[in-house]
Amino acid sequence: MNIQVCVGSACHLKGSPEIVELLQKAVEEHNLQDEVMLSGNFCIGKCNRIGVTVQVDDDIHVGITKENFNEFFNDHVLNKIERK
Amino acid sequence: MRKFDTKVQHLKYKVLREVAKNAWNDTLLDNILNIPETISPGTTSTMRCCVYKERAILSERVKLAMGGDRENPNVIEVIDIACDECPSAGYVVTDSCRGCLAHRCEDVCKRGAITFDQNHVAHIDKSKCVECGQCAKVCPFSAIANRRRPCQNACKVKAISFNEKNSATIDNNKCIACGSCVYQCPWGAISEKSFILDVIDIIKRSNNNKNYKVYAVVAPSISSQFTYAKLGQVITGLKELGFHTVIEAALGADMVALSEAKELTEKGFLTSSCCPAFVTYIKQNFPDLVPFISHNPSPMTAISQYIKKTDENAKVVFIGPCTAKKNEFRQPEVRPYVDSVITFEELQALFDSKDVDITMLDEGVLDNASYYGRIFARCGGLSDAVSQAIKEQGIENFVLKAFSCDGIEECRVALLKKSKNLIDANFIEGMACVGGCIGGAGCLTHGEKNKAEVDKYGREAFEKTIKDALGVLEI
Repeated sequence: MNIQVCVGSACHLKGSPEIVELLQKAVEEHNLQDEVMLSGNFCIGKCNRIGVTVQVDDDIHVGITKENFNEFFNDHVLNKIERK
Repeated sequence: MRKFDTKVQHLKYKVLREVAKNAWNDTLLDNILNIPETISPGTTSTMRCCVYKERAILSERVKLAMGGDRENPNVIEVIDIACDECPSAGYVVTDSCRGCLAHRCEDVCKRGAITFDQNHVAHIDKSKCVECGQCAKVCPFSAIANRRRPCQNACKVKAISFNEKNSATIDNNKCIACGSCVYQCPWGAISEKSFILDVIDIIKRSNNNKNYKVYAVVAPSISSQFTYAKLGQVITGLKELGFHTVIEAALGADMVALSEAKELTEKGFLTSSCCPAFVTYIKQNFPDLVPFISHNPSPMTAISQYIKKTDENAKVVFIGPCTAKKNEFRQPEVRPYVDSVITFEELQALFDSKDVDITMLDEGVLDNASYYGRIFARCGGLSDAVSQAIKEQGIENFVLKAFSCDGIEECRVALLKKSKNLIDANFIEGMACVGGCIGGAGCLTHGEKNKAEVDKYGREAFEKTIKDALGVLEI
């Protein structure tokens, strides 16, 4: 699974460094290092008023904040991996 | 609203704007011969002896705007017919000489080149004079002037001489493409090749960034430019032109600072590699010092490499103050990462070619780099950043002794000292332009407040340390 976090200016100011950190931690906690490829991306073109844009394979999720991070990770990362 | 320092820049801008306008509309081939007359209409000349000469020179400018002479590898070119063949007599006695009693000029001249006529007025015997300028310094009436051509005065690497027709000519083996002569020639007879047509082509072929994405990488000196608008409006303007997104070259500077600090502590002595004109200068004049040139890519190249790693189809256009970057990006080791380079002057022409009035736009955001990456734009910034990077990496037992050279003349002195082992420094920061990149020839304006603007923009960075700025990329 490919997860790309937007590190472009708009997302950067809305907290992409925090989201990257949370993702790294979560991947480690769930022992997904072999399954998940984390990388950065300079703007997916879906800039949102709040939060950061994260692309999981072909699905784009906008507005990820540290508050809704767990929900995002469970629904769109863990669930997807389990379904595979 | 004043966009440029001089009317020469304004004229160059008008040519670029017309060429760009036609290129966007696919009408360049139809209108190319009409551009000179569009800019210089009617029958009365405003700049030269006649309107026809004006138009002939404008045709040459159109050529440069379209990429210039393909046979000439140098990005800096002379427009022969525009060169006014300025007098170049060297030191001459002017009519301010009062024929005084003291004759300090005669005493100071070691060559005995000063003579006096029956009115006691001084004359310089050119067969003896070596142009040292001592006589001019001691004359109490400032009656001795140095009549050198402005281009020659500007070119500190002595690459400019005169050909048999008495117009200026550039020795490509000495030229470092700093652009100093471009900015200083009062006739606009020396100019740089433009790659705006390539940029327009890249944007058009992207089909609104659907075929591939076009990234604008902007140099940190942009903070001192486009002062009639807000920086955020420039960012939005770039997107209006068709760029997918805008990224700070300063983030590449953060990367460079970190690896340069490592390389420095390993090797013990380094000269910086950010300024392409400085690097060329070392290669041409101090071959023995070449091994000391930092192996790091420039910030432009470092960030472009990163962009192409995240998006392999990306096209990258660097926008900066620098004419030498136009030579750098065509080097084989840089070419795969940077697709084209334009200056702030050319960006202004691009905005106006599409009638993008940036003062009317919303403010976009630009934030990738740290304070330290951003201050690379001014002299001394690189050394500050390397010092910070040494600290952040917890490198002990290494004391940075940086020597920041402000302009190519100071670079020359530092390199000379190093070649004779007379310098008490382990890091030479070389900036070919006085003031650093904010003094670059491709800047729209050069003001005294520019350094303060760069520092202010640096302080506004969201990330305060280099590692914070790069942390987000270490995934």
